[in-house]
Amino acid sequence: MSHTEDNSGNGSATRRDFLYVATAATGIVATGAAVWPLVDQMNPTADVLALSSVEVDLGDIEVGTQLTVKWRGKPVFIRRRTEEEITEARAVKMDELVDPIDYVWENPNLKIDSPALDQNRAADKTGEWLVMIGVCTHLGCVPLGNGAGEFGGWFCPCHGSHYDTSGRIRKGPAPRNLDIPLTTWLSASTIKLG
Amino acid sequence: MSGIPHDHYEPKSRFEKWLDARLPIVGLLYSTMTIPTPKNLNWMWIWGIVLAFVMVLQIVTGIVLAMHYTPEVTMAFDSVEHIMRNVNAGWALRYMHTNGASLFFFAVYLHIFRGLYYGSYKSPREVTWIIGMLIYMVMMATGFMGYVLPWGQMSFWGATVITGLFGAIPGIGDVLQTWLLGGPAVDNATLNRFFSLHYLLPFVLVALVVLHIWAFHTTGNGNPTGVEVRRGSKAEVKKDTLPFWPYFVIKDVFALSVILTLFFVVVYFQPNYLGDPVNYVKADPLVTPAHIVPEWYFLPFYGILRAFTADVWVVQIASFLTAGIVDAKFFGVIAMFGAIFVMVLVPWLDTSRVRSGKYRPSFKWWFWLLGLDFVVLAWCGSQPPEGIVPLVSLIASAYWFAYFLIILPLLGVLEKPLPVPATIEEDFDAHYPPKDASASAAE
Repeated sequence: MSHTEDNSGNGSATRRDFLYVATAATGIVATGAAVWPLVDQMNPTADVLALSSVEVDLGDIEVGTQLTVKWRGKPVFIRRRTEEEITEARAVKMDELVDPIDYVWENPNLKIDSPALDQNRAADKTGEWLVMIGVCTHLGCVPLGNGAGEFGGWFCPCHGSHYDTSGRIRKGPAPRNLDIPLTTWLSASTIKLG
Repeated sequence: MSGIPHDHYEPKSRFEKWLDARLPIVGLLYSTMTIPTPKNLNWMWIWGIVLAFVMVLQIVTGIVLAMHYTPEVTMAFDSVEHIMRNVNAGWALRYMHTNGASLFFFAVYLHIFRGLYYGSYKSPREVTWIIGMLIYMVMMATGFMGYVLPWGQMSFWGATVITGLFGAIPGIGDVLQTWLLGGPAVDNATLNRFFSLHYLLPFVLVALVVLHIWAFHTTGNGNPTGVEVRRGSKAEVKKDTLPFWPYFVIKDVFALSVILTLFFVVVYFQPNYLGDPVNYVKADPLVTPAHIVPEWYFLPFYGILRAFTADVWVVQIASFLTAGIVDAKFFGVIAMFGAIFVMVLVPWLDTSRVRSGKYRPSFKWWFWLLGLDFVVLAWCGSQPPEGIVPLVSLIASAYWFAYFLIILPLLGVLEKPLPVPATIEEDFDAHYPPKDASASAAE
């Protein structure tokens, strides 16, 4: 090695070493800065994120039927349950459940993680109204309602997940109970989703 | 290009010499087309040409279909009907493209199983094999995204289920799925990007195919005996091989013409036989079809995906060991991708020194059982998950993994192979005795 003033020759870092590291570091930062917009453009766009909440009039729903509305691209089940369905859902013991905890992001209405009791999942105190996101927690199909499945609630035809009358997973490949959307009562017969 | 000694291109005219000194492309094409090819190749060695042809067919028909298609959720379904009814010859182009995808996968499965039987993946052809597996994965991604474009019910729900696989990954799953879809659910953003990628990936495929061909032109073709071409001299090479052009080109074009005849019988007379009628119903985000099935070529892996439910003991052990991070849903996803990954690793899992399955008496049985297993898995994937189906899926999935992870490593040690011919020439002459026996004996 014959280069001269750059190399102090005592084993410490030289000016050239510094230039290598500085160039590489700058190159990495510049590459990251160039790639990031290419990656980030695939995230939801501003208009998709801005999808507002929806208000739903429950006036026409009869006992024992279900209304499905579209909210943020996904179906939401609004079921007016019968007495039998409510009794059945409330009789289930916690140790029979596959997913006994509804975390706050799965059921934002109570503001805290809560046991998956029907009282916590229903949209009102009597339990007449059950509002859930109608997306199977397995791979995202829409479960069939009106008493479908072995537990009288919902049944996902794609891979055979059975949900009970409170929308809790009881059998099949789905790992979690059906999610609950943030629900606010605007009047006795109107709710707001989101 | 080839490691086998052979004649090289000699530029003769002034122009040829001028060009060769600047860009030796004619020499490259000459070497590629005249590569010495083992003369004992059987009919299972035609699928490469069939695949190359179908790839071009798909790109050509795809480019013209894109001239009439609209990747927008309110118009996509109608634009496909517009192609079928209004575009001149649009129905023929679309049916060639949809059935072309089926022919593409039919040929690739026979090509892959050919490789598994004759040990084509073994040293020194591991890189050819791995590139081939990459090609297969890009094909699956392309086929899946193409199926979403007509925006029928199966398009929509297939896209929902398959992107849901990524949502199963612990921790980052939800963020990743939203990123892939461009929103909380499959919607216009998803359709748009799938169209963009469905147009891009075939060209990635072309590049990978060039690498695939380059790799096996470097090692030389395999052949049914698994015995390598002798490379001592050009004279020796000539006894074992014939040039690709014209001998194998003629053979392959004959095979291709037979296959294309059958292909066009399907295109013209049964164009929707392999498709799902539900995909002629426009996508509806609020209603899932009663029974979601992927296209036939994804069924075996779909069968594996569904096989591992929460009541299976391996799933319970995995869930216990990982403190619940690996649940049944994620386990199924791992199993499905794992089923392909074990194929990628097969060059190192197969411990036998004998390359060709022809000379491996017990291997043959296990191999044909694997072929049957593939069909059984496809059947499982096509059925609703009820009755006997979950049990059959589980047994068939278990055999798939056992073949690659247990049987192949053990067979190499336990099995006593049959004697292998010394040369390709010997094998060839045994099938086709030379007419002039004295000439052969004199060699």
